[in-house]
Amino acid sequence: MDALDGNAIAGLLFDVFGAEMTTATGVCGSCGASAVFAELTVYPRAPGTVARCRSCETVLMVFVARSEIVCADLRGLARFEPVS
Amino acid sequence: MARAALPRRLSWQLARVVELVDETSRTQSIVLEPPEWPGHRAGQHVDVRLTAEDGYQAERSYSIASAPEDDHLVLTVERLDDGEVSPYLAGELRPGDELELRGPIGGYFVWEAQLGGPLLLLAGGSGIVPLRAMLRHRAATGSTIAARLLYSSKSLADVIYRNELESLAADDEVDVRFTLTREQPEGWRGYRGRIDEELLRDIAWPPEERPLVYICGPTAFVEVAASVLVQLGHDAGRIKTERFGPTGR
Repeated sequence: MDALDGNAIAGLLFDVFGAEMTTATGVCGSCGASAVFAELTVYPRAPGTVARCRSCETVLMVFVARSEIVCADLRGLARFEPVS
Repeated sequence: MARAALPRRLSWQLARVVELVDETSRTQSIVLEPPEWPGHRAGQHVDVRLTAEDGYQAERSYSIASAPEDDHLVLTVERLDDGEVSPYLAGELRPGDELELRGPIGGYFVWEAQLGGPLLLLAGGSGIVPLRAMLRHRAATGSTIAARLLYSSKSLADVIYRNELESLAADDEVDVRFTLTREQPEGWRGYRGRIDEELLRDIAWPPEERPLVYICGPTAFVEVAASVLVQLGHDAGRIKTERFGPTGR
């Protein structure tokens, strides 16, 4: 399956974080790479939506939506800096 | 303004379909009138949601094709034969219908005239859509920023907005070039084949000019274009990318 990028989930990220997040910077907890969310590798049709580090492919975030409720698992992010 | 200071929720609204325009045999522009539109920036998206009679919902993100200055909100949708959403949008939708959407969304793949340039736009297939919004915005604001577009399509018949892009190129500061990867008409004077280093050396300004680069297309197109530009010495921080695939748009 073709991977997309974080631009494709701007609406989902807004739902979860309550703000525009594609320009937020995330730091990979595995390799330490820092990237804006727009640049993450995104698989929107895995079971749920999966965002991976573009450098080392570690799973950074997983989102599963059911009706209006989104479960977010930010397992692989060391930290992130929201848009100032 | 007090309203802008409140935390914004992305709410869904029903936009009326004003007009449908066939762009190519596989793509259609949907001219929309949303009841509340806060304005957008060139390159932003909307989310579109379709609801089936049994309540099943499918959602997709589409780039906005219109400039912020245009009268209507326009999406251009490519019909994917095995798609779940696009055959409805670019096949069954009729003027007067309502389409559920929310937006504008996204803040990364965005160009505004005050960001400057020179502006290098690289489009693969329907990746032209947000870049067209940027070129329309540039023209509407009377900007004199130099802009170059390289647009890769399978064949001439697959080129979306061809007439419009050619008329935008009447501006001395706008250079529009096409490459056709599969099929070229007789006497074709444009480029042939997929984007590669030779093509990018030809079209891109030298790295010292520090162009602001926007690349939108299928994943493989974006990866090649972005990595070649970085190899040629362009600043990765001035290259913005947006990938789409059959699963997304």
